[in-house]
Amino acid sequence: MCQVDEDDHHAQLETKAVLSVSQKCMKCKEGSAVLIIRVGDAFCGNCFREYFVHKFRAMLGKNRLIFPGEKVLLSVSGGPASSALLSQVQEGLRRETSKKLRFVPGIIYVDEGAACGQSLEERGEVKSQLESIFRASGFPFYIVHLEEVFNLPSSVLLCASSASDRRNESYKEAVDGFIQRASSGTQSETRQGSISYKEVQTLLSELSTQEWSGEGGTVTNRSPPFTPEQTEAVRTLLASVKTLTAREELLKTLRQHLILHTARVRGYSKVMMGDSCSRLAVKLLTNISLGRGAFLAMDTGFSDPRYGDIAIVRPMREYSSKEIAFYNRMFRVPSVFTSALDTKEPEKASIHRLTESFISKLQADFPSTVSTIYRTSEKLNTACPRPIADGELTEKCLLCLCALDTGAEEATAFRATLISENLSRNRMPDTIPALGVAKQQCCASGGEQKESCGDRVDGCHSVDRTSFTPELQTLLCYSCRLIIKDMTSVNSIPQYILSEAERRKRRAQMKEEIQDFLLNPENDAGEVTVS
Amino acid sequence: MTSCEETEEEPRFCEEAPGYRAKMAAPIDLHLEFGGGAELLFGGVKDHHVKLPSQSEPWNVKQLLAWIKTNLLRERPELFIQGDTVRPGILVLINDADWELMGELDYMLEDQDNVVFISTLHGG
Repeated sequence: MCQVDEDDHHAQLETKAVLSVSQKCMKCKEGSAVLIIRVGDAFCGNCFREYFVHKFRAMLGKNRLIFPGEKVLLSVSGGPASSALLSQVQEGLRRETSKKLRFVPGIIYVDEGAACGQSLEERGEVKSQLESIFRASGFPFYIVHLEEVFNLPSSVLLCASSASDRRNESYKEAVDGFIQRASSGTQSETRQGSISYKEVQTLLSELSTQEWSGEGGTVTNRSPPFTPEQTEAVRTLLASVKTLTAREELLKTLRQHLILHTARVRGYSKVMMGDSCSRLAVKLLTNISLGRGAFLAMDTGFSDPRYGDIAIVRPMREYSSKEIAFYNRMFRVPSVFTSALDTKEPEKASIHRLTESFISKLQADFPSTVSTIYRTSEKLNTACPRPIADGELTEKCLLCLCALDTGAEEATAFRATLISENLSRNRMPDTIPALGVAKQQCCASGGEQKESCGDRVDGCHSVDRTSFTPELQTLLCYSCRLIIKDMTSVNSIPQYILSEAERRKRRAQMKEEIQDFLLNPENDAGEVTVS
Repeated sequence: MTSCEETEEEPRFCEEAPGYRAKMAAPIDLHLEFGGGAELLFGGVKDHHVKLPSQSEPWNVKQLLAWIKTNLLRERPELFIQGDTVRPGILVLINDADWELMGELDYMLEDQDNVVFISTLHGG
């Protein structure tokens, strides 16, 4: 009897399979379907391509953040999503003038081979493959190595104010003005009497194109712009982190700093990241587990305003990884696979890995998992920061530049964890700040030479290093504290982070000392001009 | 029926039965491709031209996966195969079409088919 039922089932399944092979595209109803996306929507090749391209442009158009003529840096890691992003931008810029995308792109690639233990030959090979892809696009490209993180200035950790003149001009006016200018005069030689700001910008960006592609041509002949000692320093830094989770987060932070610095130096005002929908769903759940619940809107939203002058945008956030993989395969988008920190790691090696495997397994049985998580993340909004009269700088986390969420009010759960942590170390909670302050005073010599204390670099640092761990903690948000806590020693942290930490500590101390002499700040005195 | 008695070890197939030769599938040539990082599990080689041995029943995708697991997969089978099917996150294309449209595991393979496995777990 059971066998009879099974045969029936089997026959049913076969007939169902036969039906789907000849299924028609649900959009044009003519072409035969080649792909199923979302829950059951079958598309043919051409309709899928239209759908894909349309989604990208709709994403940019809906959010109205990218102004015409603006310089946008595309961060390409070589993986499928960022390669699809690059190809979409190329496609968008190729169209006829009325429908053309209107910004000026550049490409950045961060070479993380040092972190993954790749040899110089492997890294060189990957780099040359990517260079040929970037050159074919015609945009200026910058290849930055992870080792260059040791050359970063500490100003990268400062949050600059945004270009406020842009905000005043509405998006629509900007687009209309751009179209008028484009249609009135030709773009290349003829110059009217008055050159507008935007035209100058396009001129400047063209200049940098020439300069950089020339340099880019010889980069393979030159020796790499980093030393083996720096590679070793990167390895030591990552090896000093005990867990893979913290290592991945630290790597992510360093990468962001490198991209930010390059964007600032080269004059880009926006950075486009290639995070896909599936990636962002994993990131959302992972960040909650890591203690970054307060910053979910910034970490997974379309735009990330935390750096002030540079906005991070994520235009690929509505594409599932299946759609991207299909698009890349069907339309031959070149992408290069590079191993990451967690390649071939077991499932429970890190929180990121575990969450990814959880979501992809759930997605297999419930195909709307990822889109539900995505829609939830869409509802999160970045809260307007509370206006702080002064001391704006000390209120941001040192590493991730999000607002500090570790105010030490008495009755919070966070305070309870701190107390229990100290008790478990058999230390009284009062001695820790005192330890740090005592060491600081010995090198700050009475309090006048606050800013110039950095001159006596050797003397200061050798004393401060040992007691630095507790001091660094107070400058970090909760999740960054967890990263630092996982490190065996903070000595291998790049210099720019340590010197910025020291500077903030000194400022806070100085402010505390002169607190009594400060006048009450009025409301409009809170506009701190940071140039 | 002497022939049936002689071929005792193969009770299902009788020389007299019509279409006996047709059921005995010829060896199939397939072009397998691995992308998106899946090639790491196959020695870094993306393109494989394989010849599936002939067997009594025509090959379906489920059997192909089992064959890949024993013959091609170099390491970490759990990163490619989960139970009967591929690990969630690995996309399968048969002749450039989604395998969900072809019946997934039950699709019957034909000669010169192109099967592509793309891992989507290494984002970009």
